Amino acid sequence: MLKRVHFGPSVLPFLLVGPQILITLIFFIWPASQALYQSVLIEDAFGLSSEFVWFDNFIELFEDVGYWESVGRTFFFSSLVAALSMSAALILAAMADRIIKVVLAYQTLLIWPYAVAPVVAGALWMFLFDPTLGIVAYTLDMFGYDWNHKLNGNEAMTLVVFAASWKMVSYNFLFFVAGMQSIPKSLIEAAAIDGAGPLRRFTSIIFPLLSPTTFFLLVMNVVYAFFDTFGIVHAVTKGGPARATEILVYKVYNDGFIGLDLGGSAAQSVILMMIVIALTVVQFRYVEKKVAY
Amino acid sequence: MAEIHLNKVCKSYGDVDVLFGIDWTIFDGEFVVIVGPSGCGKSTLLRTIAGLEKITQGEISIGNRVVNDLEPAERDIAMVFQNYALYPHMSVYDNMAYGLKIRGLEKDEIERRVNHAADTLEIRDYLDRSPRQLSGGQRQRVAMGRAIVREPSVFLFDEPLSNLDAKLRVQMRLEIKNLQQRLGITSVYVTHDQVEAMTLGHRLMVLNGGYVEQLGTPIELYEKPATEFVAGFIGSPSMNLLKAKISGDGTKAEFSDHNSLYLASALPSQANRQVTIGLRPEHLMVNKTSQANMSIKVNAVEHLGADTLAHGEFEGCDEIVTLRLHGIVMINQGDILPLEIDPDKVHIFDTETGKRLE
Repeated sequence: MLKRVHFGPSVLPFLLVGPQILITLIFFIWPASQALYQSVLIEDAFGLSSEFVWFDNFIELFEDVGYWESVGRTFFFSSLVAALSMSAALILAAMADRIIKVVLAYQTLLIWPYAVAPVVAGALWMFLFDPTLGIVAYTLDMFGYDWNHKLNGNEAMTLVVFAASWKMVSYNFLFFVAGMQSIPKSLIEAAAIDGAGPLRRFTSIIFPLLSPTTFFLLVMNVVYAFFDTFGIVHAVTKGGPARATEILVYKVYNDGFIGLDLGGSAAQSVILMMIVIALTVVQFRYVEKKVAY
Repeated sequence: MAEIHLNKVCKSYGDVDVLFGIDWTIFDGEFVVIVGPSGCGKSTLLRTIAGLEKITQGEISIGNRVVNDLEPAERDIAMVFQNYALYPHMSVYDNMAYGLKIRGLEKDEIERRVNHAADTLEIRDYLDRSPRQLSGGQRQRVAMGRAIVREPSVFLFDEPLSNLDAKLRVQMRLEIKNLQQRLGITSVYVTHDQVEAMTLGHRLMVLNGGYVEQLGTPIELYEKPATEFVAGFIGSPSMNLLKAKISGDGTKAEFSDHNSLYLASALPSQANRQVTIGLRPEHLMVNKTSQANMSIKVNAVEHLGADTLAHGEFEGCDEIVTLRLHGIVMINQGDILPLEIDPDKVHIFDTETGKRLE
């Protein structure tokens, strides 16, 4: 066994990690503990008094049909976003891997959407599809389709899914391109000599070898769709029409700050926190192990 | 059954020319080696035969079929890569069966062929393993197995042994040679290692800077190197290449005032010209009795057991000469050794063009 190196007691290490710990405490631990605390309280409408109610907020939540609808909607939304943004990114990456000239320009352009803030991305898509002044809605109208996501819940969901996926394509693209470039070229050449055409090479060699990247991205995309899409939903539909796009993060905001049910909202936050923790565990457990080979 | 014809094959990447008009016919069942220093274009030439690189000019045909515009898969070739290029997510069996599955062979036939190849290469026990569980030598065998099962008309080897340790390399070299003899499949082998080249190939192509320096059997290359480059490249330790002047009557090569040697036949055409004389270390002999007119002062001695290498320089010029003496010979630094050589074993090259003079 190796001898451990021991250093004498010193304040320097504490000074170095101090700022980080302070930031974590103030901006993460404290609010999280406040949410935990709030989730077991019930407050009157004027915020004058609060009462300790154990897990009543959670029980109420689990008995609420609206909450379960939102859970289902969130799963539907996040699987669509993950599937759409990952498959689009994979196709783009496969094509970027084949082109030789101006590849850098192409890749750089594809990365731009990631730099756009969620609310701005949402606003962009909202304007494009706005039933009265959107260019896409106008074009659809010429083909005889009456687009109105302000009235039609399915159209609203479609729009939010597109806006959310669009932003994530860049991120996924980057990882897929990096993943593909790390596959030795001789493997692809060996497959070509073995008689595999481009499509077969992709499905039987490239895609299986990308599985660690794919799994990592799947987790990241689900996390994104669950938690980082508030801005998009807020800008595009505000959760409507008739709650058709009210995913869990949006419901936290709606119930807490619009409905002023602070206890219920905090309880929802706690559940979301647990989902994040679970996903992080999955991420660490399996991604580190290298999927498939 | 396939002959390979290379007809004025040129390759360039943009403005950079890599191959300059390579002409060669590789006969059916022949094992040829392309050898040269790194960057000489040997791998590129192999890759153009494989179809992994398109040639810019000329024509390549395999088995009387021009393959210039054919995809690698359509050329009926198999290739063994330097890093083996095994598919890491597939078992050894699947690695070998992959090409056959794509070609749509019956399951029974695939199994028969893979098992047969696995028996030939003695990797039957590893068929279920994944490549990362295998040692370098075993991976090399799997890579060859993948080539064999296809029963192609041409094998291409791209420095297949360079990732193995020295002992395994010698063993695999013999195995590749035996395998090729048994299967009788036309094979092209690329290497930078002249020992591999000399031991494996029926014929060799020495490539340098995209040009063919010499084509021939290993013995031809050793005995009659066509250029100074080939002379220095083939043989280990490499040939002594020494600057000399041909005497006025063309019978002697003079290294300095005190050192000269007689030529096997006079070269009056080169009289008073500067030439390069090539002397193989193993052909130089120490002869204390004869009236030798060549001698070196020893700078360093290396004992290899089977041989003794002595490095020294001629008096009056600073050219280093190496000689290889059989067995253990006690020589000390500073000794003066009178040298002798059979005039038939002296190689003469034009210093300007590097071409052999006779």
